Amino acid sequence: MTTTTAPPALPKVPRAPRQLKASLEPSDRIFHGTASSIGMFVLIMTGAIGVFLGYQSIPTLRHYGLHFFTQTQWQPELDKIGIAAVLVGTVEVALVAMVVAFPLALMMALFITDYAPKRIKSTLVSAIDLMAAVPSIIYGLWGFFLLQPHAINLARWLSQYLGWIPIFRVDTDPNAAVWQQSRYTSSAFIAGLAVSMMAIPLACALMRAVFDQAPLGEREAAMALGGTRFGVARTVVLPFAKGGIIGGTMLALGRALGETAAVLIIISPAYIIKPRILEAGTQTTSALIAGNFGDATKSQLSALLTAGFVLFLITLVVNSAAAVIIRRSRSGAATEL
Amino acid sequence: MTAVDDAVVRREGARSRRGAPRSTAASTAARTAAQRGPAQLDAVEVSAWFGDTQVLDDVSLAMPPATVTALIGPSGCGKSTFLRILNRMHESVPGAQLAGEVRLNGDDIYAAGHRLTDVRKHIGMVFQKPNPFPAMSIAENVTAGLALTNTKVSKTERGELVERCLVRAGLWNEVKDRLGRPGSALSGGQQQRLCIARALAVGPRVLLMDEPCSALDPTSTRRIEETIAELRTEVTIVIVTHNMQQAARVSQQAAFFLATQGSPGGIVESGPTVDLFNRPSDPRTADYVHGRFG
Repeated sequence: MTTTTAPPALPKVPRAPRQLKASLEPSDRIFHGTASSIGMFVLIMTGAIGVFLGYQSIPTLRHYGLHFFTQTQWQPELDKIGIAAVLVGTVEVALVAMVVAFPLALMMALFITDYAPKRIKSTLVSAIDLMAAVPSIIYGLWGFFLLQPHAINLARWLSQYLGWIPIFRVDTDPNAAVWQQSRYTSSAFIAGLAVSMMAIPLACALMRAVFDQAPLGEREAAMALGGTRFGVARTVVLPFAKGGIIGGTMLALGRALGETAAVLIIISPAYIIKPRILEAGTQTTSALIAGNFGDATKSQLSALLTAGFVLFLITLVVNSAAAVIIRRSRSGAATEL
Repeated sequence: MTAVDDAVVRREGARSRRGAPRSTAASTAARTAAQRGPAQLDAVEVSAWFGDTQVLDDVSLAMPPATVTALIGPSGCGKSTFLRILNRMHESVPGAQLAGEVRLNGDDIYAAGHRLTDVRKHIGMVFQKPNPFPAMSIAENVTAGLALTNTKVSKTERGELVERCLVRAGLWNEVKDRLGRPGSALSGGQQQRLCIARALAVGPRVLLMDEPCSALDPTSTRRIEETIAELRTEVTIVIVTHNMQQAARVSQQAAFFLATQGSPGGIVESGPTVDLFNRPSDPRTADYVHGRFG
């Protein structure tokens, strides 16, 4: 038998959860302060841009109301201002860019992580990164002088064979012996091709980073089952990287939506809602702003900034969605014991 | 001691059953009857390097069919490298090099003209850390090898294969009601048996196991050991283990690897597990199996 003694009367400890707070070391405090204030500064800058654009667009939105979003013309002298055609053009150029950039970026990233011999890997990575460093005006010149003369042949071919689909139609006879080359130049298609060159490195870099994180254990499991490299990519790498692929694509889409210089050089402005991407003439939001703000009056400037505000919001939504998808995919993507 | 005696009994049991006709899981993977069943695996004068560092020197070992061969030895002695050489996983490491031959029923798997994927189909592997494919269900995990090797099977065949492999891996009763659930939702021990089922589904003739129980609790370890005992008549097994008792329990043949400071690893002694544990001929083996170092 053991003896029991009455427990000594203890001072009552509250049952509620306590605040767990430790005081920071001085060095930590300095670092914490510096890092958070710089981080806040970036956030404030972005916010300030949004607030500035929003504030500047008040007069325009008050004057034109919802017509600003339905009007296709941009004729300040006739007091006809709207971004319907411009938004459609922006989306068209961005989508053409993504349709071209997505498979190229995906294959490139997969080649770098899973196929390329080790010695050329780093060269390839720097080459892709270099693509991102080339100024967009260079891509514009490249697109205009080098790409366009050849791309119009592809555009004609597409309209010859796929012209029955509205987006590939061109209002001219594609089969004419002397075909109207100028009907195929300066189109959303060619601008999109140039923009895709800028979207590729962004998408590729992110996809590559995620592919590299595919767990070695699962890769080896697939190899040990007799899987080919393609099999390993299909069973392990791509399912693991799904979020990164979507996120990288959307980041690149955000880039493509905002691209200015290259588009400005290639397109010829046309203010109509035009689904025919191969046909000459289109307009994008950023090209509109860049092309018109130089000789704009105060009210016209407000209208341009309103267009910029809309683009800012679209890009913000696309990039935030990309960030959410990327963040979600990381958790639970790997098997942990 | 009892464990070792038990191993003797098991070994004799295995001998009496050896050579009996048996079918492996994936009929498509093994085309003819001659290609089925456990195979003899021979390592002949194998040396290995990572870059300029030699990690294995002149290792020869015969791994008879329908036998469990245990590779034991302290960490860093080259056992795992040796195991990975046996199904050509070694060369997936950048800078890895190799000399010597590995013969599957007399046929050198490193000979020119052999496809890497075919070699690995015949010589399966189970890893230290359970690695089911997390995006796949339990059933899909089992048949993953078929998809990876582009082996087409009908739906009914697939269902039978899933059941047969899970039964052989000793997992069927635990998962038969939830084959559609993700494989990663299983416990560590169940995941490892799922990986064994997955390896069996492609119909290997040799199964390599790299410390398959080191990440598992004792109960799961016992289940895996039972699975190994049941499988050994159907497939030649080579297992790397740090656990002496496990080696004594599951294997009929053992090889003791050792690498001295600064020199590559090699086999000190190999032979029937009972002899290696009870009458080691090399004093270093005696020291190791009796726990005096390593």
